[in-house]
Amino acid sequence: MGVQGIGARALRKEDKRFITGKGRYTDDMVLPRMTYAAFVRSPHAHAKIKGIDASAALAMPGVEAVLTGEQLVGDGIGNLICGWMIHSKDGSPMNMGAWRALEPETVRFVGQAVAVVIADTQGQARDAADAVVVDYEELPAVVDMSAAMAPGAPQLHPEAPGNVIYDWEIGDEAATNAAFDSAAHVTRLDITNNRLVPNPMEPRAALADYDTAEEHYTLYTTSQNPHVARLVLSAFYNVAPEHKLRVIAPDVGGGFGSKIFIYPEEIVALWASKRVGRPVKWVSDRTEAFLTDAHGRDHKTEAELALDANNKITGFRVKTVANLGAYMSLFSSSVPTYLYATLLSGQYDIPNIHCNVKTVYTNTTPVDAYRGAGRPEATFLVERIIETAAREVGMSPAEFRRKNFIQAFPHQTPVIMCYDAGDYNATLDAALKAIDYDGFPARKSEAASRGKLRGLGLSCYIEACGIAPSAAVGSLGAGVGLWESAEVRVNPVGTIEVLTGSHSHGQGHETTFAQLISERFGVDTDAVSIVHGDTDKVQFGMGTYGSRSGAVGMSAIVKALDKVEAKAKKIAAHLMEASEGDIQIEGGELKVAGTDKKLSFTEVALAAYTAHNLPEGMEPGLKEGAFYDPSNFTFPAGTYACEVEVDPDTGKTEIVNFVAADDFGKVINPMIVEGQVHGGLTQGIGQALLENAAYDENGQLVTASYMDYAMPRADDVPSYNLLTTETICPGNPLGMKGCGEAGAIGSPPAVINAITDAIGNNHLSMPATAEKVWLAAQPGLSQAAE
Amino acid sequence: MYETTYHRAGSVADAASMMASAEDGKYLGGGQTLLPTMKQRLAAPTDLIDLAKIVDLHGISEAGGAVVIGAATTHAEVASSAVINSKLPGLATLAGGIGDPAVRHKGTIGGSIANNDPAADYPSALVALGATVKTNKRELAAEDFFTGMFETALEDDEIVTSVSFPVPAKSAYSKYPNPASRYAMAGVFVAKGADDSVKVAVTGAGQDGVFRVGEMESALSSNWSPEAVAGISVSSDNLLSDIHGSAAYRANLVTVMAKRAVAAAG
Repeated sequence: MGVQGIGARALRKEDKRFITGKGRYTDDMVLPRMTYAAFVRSPHAHAKIKGIDASAALAMPGVEAVLTGEQLVGDGIGNLICGWMIHSKDGSPMNMGAWRALEPETVRFVGQAVAVVIADTQGQARDAADAVVVDYEELPAVVDMSAAMAPGAPQLHPEAPGNVIYDWEIGDEAATNAAFDSAAHVTRLDITNNRLVPNPMEPRAALADYDTAEEHYTLYTTSQNPHVARLVLSAFYNVAPEHKLRVIAPDVGGGFGSKIFIYPEEIVALWASKRVGRPVKWVSDRTEAFLTDAHGRDHKTEAELALDANNKITGFRVKTVANLGAYMSLFSSSVPTYLYATLLSGQYDIPNIHCNVKTVYTNTTPVDAYRGAGRPEATFLVERIIETAAREVGMSPAEFRRKNFIQAFPHQTPVIMCYDAGDYNATLDAALKAIDYDGFPARKSEAASRGKLRGLGLSCYIEACGIAPSAAVGSLGAGVGLWESAEVRVNPVGTIEVLTGSHSHGQGHETTFAQLISERFGVDTDAVSIVHGDTDKVQFGMGTYGSRSGAVGMSAIVKALDKVEAKAKKIAAHLMEASEGDIQIEGGELKVAGTDKKLSFTEVALAAYTAHNLPEGMEPGLKEGAFYDPSNFTFPAGTYACEVEVDPDTGKTEIVNFVAADDFGKVINPMIVEGQVHGGLTQGIGQALLENAAYDENGQLVTASYMDYAMPRADDVPSYNLLTTETICPGNPLGMKGCGEAGAIGSPPAVINAITDAIGNNHLSMPATAEKVWLAAQPGLSQAAE
Repeated sequence: MYETTYHRAGSVADAASMMASAEDGKYLGGGQTLLPTMKQRLAAPTDLIDLAKIVDLHGISEAGGAVVIGAATTHAEVASSAVINSKLPGLATLAGGIGDPAVRHKGTIGGSIANNDPAADYPSALVALGATVKTNKRELAAEDFFTGMFETALEDDEIVTSVSFPVPAKSAYSKYPNPASRYAMAGVFVAKGADDSVKVAVTGAGQDGVFRVGEMESALSSNWSPEAVAGISVSSDNLLSDIHGSAAYRANLVTVMAKRAVAAAG
C-alpha cells in the first residue's frame, strides 16, 4: 500500500477479506462438541406465565437441555442493568423494572425469551423450541406512549407507577417562560420521531465455551465493545469474574448502536454452556433481529420557539415523551436526556431553553441508542421548527438561520454543552452554493411545467461526538468512564502492532489507524496491523459508538505514539552520538538534523530489542501504552440541502439533489469519511421516507420482516454531493470531530423540509410515505397526513 | 426450515408420480415464495418436487399469432426475450420489474401464477391479454384459472406446463411498487387485442386478487388515450388496505397507473 498518511484516500486494508468472503464472523466460528441454542419466545405482548412444559421437547432427538428463567434465577444470574442513572426533576431515581435474561413470571413484549433449548443441531433446537408448551394468561397490552400514561392503562412494572420511568428536565424554566411572555412571535410544532429497527447486515450471534477444568469462559459475540460486555457480564450478571471470561468480537457486520448492549441471549449462552458442559452457539435469525435488537428513536414532542421583533430566537420550550419499550436497555435512559436535550440549541444562539422529558414503558421491544442516539431527535425537532418559524415570519430559511447562528467560540449553551469550535456560515455558504439556492425558483417552475412539485429544504445540524470526558459523564449519571486506551508495539524488525480499545464493525479502522502510524513514522501501512476486539489481547477499551473512534480512540494511539517516538529518538540519538533534540523522523528514517547521519526505523527497533547498546538505564523494547480521556465532546456540524420532486398523482418523492457540507475537523481518510456520510445519509433518508416500526394495538410488530419494513435501497437515494469545510477541534491532538453519525442526524429534517416546501403543507410526519404525501398535497386533506 | 426431502423431476410425468407418492408434497418452481415461507416455518411440505430442471417446461416460442412461454421460464428470460420485447412489450416490462435481479433469475412464470399472490404482477398480464394456461391435464382461460387470493383452479397434483399469449395490437404495464417488498400496490396491465378488444386488468389492489375494470375497457374501446381513463376510478370497497396504503389510496393508484400504462402503450 505504501506510505499513506493523514489525508490519503487509502483503499481499505480490510476489504480484501470482506469482498472475497474471508471475513471471520461469530457464526463462522466452529468448536468441537458445539451445541445450538434456540429460544422460546413470547407470542404475546403482555402475559403471565402460568407454566412451562418441556417434557415433549426434552424427548426430541438431539436435545441436551431445556432451560427456563426459574433455573436462571436459581443459579444467581443477575438482572439486566441500565448503565446510566437519571433522576427525575423531583430528585427521585428512575423507576426501573426487573429484566431477566429468561423471564419466569411475566412477559412484556412479543419476542421476549422465556426458555432456551440446547441441542446438537440448529434444526433440532428449533424443532424442540416449537414443542415447548408455555401456558400464558394474556394481560391487556399498551403500545402507545400516551396511552401508557393514561389513567387505567395496563401497568408493566410495579416499580414504575403510571408506566413513567422518569420525569426529567433541563434548562431554566422560569427564564424560558419569561422569554415567551415577551415574544413577538411564537412558532408551535408537534413532532413525532418514528421508531426504527437498526437492521445491521449481520444479525447478532453468540458462541459461548465453558472450560470445566479452568472454570473459564470464552464468548465470541457481535459486540461493538467487548470489554464493556465482559465488565457487565462479570460485574452484574455474575457469569464469571473478569479474569475467567474472555470476550472476542471478531469481524462484526455493522452495529449502528444495536450491538453496544448486552442482551439476554449472550448471558444465556454463557450460562447454558456451563450447564450443559459443551459450547453453545446462538445466531439470531432476521425475525428475531426485528423483535429483539433494541429499536431506535420513538419520541413525541410538543415544541415552541419564541422570536423577538427582529426575528432573533429568544426562547425554546420543549416537552418530549420517549417510549423506552418494555424494559430499560443498557444506555436507554441517557438517549432521550443527555444525548438529546443537550443539543437543543442546535447551531443557534438561543438564550433560554427548557426541556421536559418523560420516558414510559410500553409492551414493545426495548429502545436504545441507534446511529445518532438522541441527536437525530434533537436535530429533527430544531431544524423542523426553525424552518417552520422562517416560513411563518416570511424570511428565507437560509437567512433566518444565518441571523440566529452562533458566531463566536467557545459558546456556552443553556443546556450544558460548550461548543469549542465551528464556522456555521462556512458550511451554510458551501451548501447553498453547491445546490444553487438562488436558482431554485427557476427549477421549481420548470418542474411545475412537467407536473411535478419541487421543494428545497435545509438542515443545519450539530452533534456531539467523541463521547466524552469521563468525569463529566459520571456527574450526569453514567456508570462507566468514556476514555479510550491504546498500545503501540514496535516489533524487532520494525513492523508495528497497534492494540486499540476501539472496535471496528465497518468503520475501516484497520486502514485509518494504520495511516496514523504511516504519517508519524513514514512506514508502509502494510507494516502496521491493528489489533482489536479481544479482551485477552487488548488490555481494556470502551469500544466504538458515538463517532468516538477517531476523536478518542485515535487520540489514545497518538499518546502512545508520542511515547514510542520519544524512546526511539533517545535510542537513535545514543546510537548516532547526537543530541536527542536534533533527531527528526522522516520517510521511515531517524535523521540527525543538518547532517547525513541516519538510521532506519527498523534499525532503531532492532537496537531496542537486541539491547546491546542502549542509553544508560533504559529498559529494552519499544512498546508503549496510553489512556486518553478527552476534555470535552467534539462538535461536528454542517448544512444539508435537499431538493425533491413530488409526483402529486402518487405522492412519490424523488430526491433529485442532496448536498452535504460537513465540518468534521481534520479528516484522516476522505474516502472512508465519504462512505460514512453516504451510509448515514441513506439511513436518515430511510427514516424520513420509508422506515417505520409499526405495532398493532395488541403489541404485535406488524413490520417484522423486509416484506413490510421498508429499508432504503440504492434507487431510493440520489448520488450525493459531498463537501467538507474544516475547523480544527481544539480538544484532541489530531483536531478530529467524528463523522459516523452526522449523515443520519442531519438528513431527516432536510428531506421533510423539502417535501413540505414542495407541497405547501407543513403537516407531514415521518416516514413521509407516498400515501401521506399524496394526502398532504391535496387541499382539505392536510390533517390526514399527520 | 423444517426437514424436507428434495426431488428433482426429469419430466412432467416423473414429477406427477413423485407427487403421488409424497405424503405432503409441494411443487417447487423458482422457490422465490415457497422457500422463504418454509424458512420462516410457515410451510412444511414433506417433499419438494423441483420442476425447474424439466427441459420441456423451458423456452419461449411464437406460432399462430400467439407467444408460448414454458412454465419454468424465468422472469429474466421473459424480460430479455427478443420475441416478447417485440410482440408483448408490456409483458417484457412487467417481467423486468418483478422483485430484484436475484428473484428474476430464479423465479418462474409458472410458479408465480400457481401461487397467485394478490400482489404478483403476472396475473394482470394473463387476464388482460386473454392468455391460456396449459397444464398436464387441461387448458384453462386465465380468468378461469385465477379464482381468488392465493387461489387457482389447479388441483393439488396438477402442473402448469406453459402459458400461451395471443399477440395483441398494443400492451403495456404500469405498477406502483410497495416500498418494502416491491410487490405491486397497484399494477395495471392494458391490452388492445388484434381484434381491437380492450382489456384492463389490475393486480396488487384487489382483495380477491386480479380483477378487470369494465368501465375503463369501454372508455378505451372508443378512445384509446390516457385521458379516457383519467376520470374513471374504481370503488375502494373491495380493495386491500394495509400499513402501506389505504383502499382509497390504492383506488387512486389504479387510475394513475392505468393512465400511465395507456400512455406507455402508445
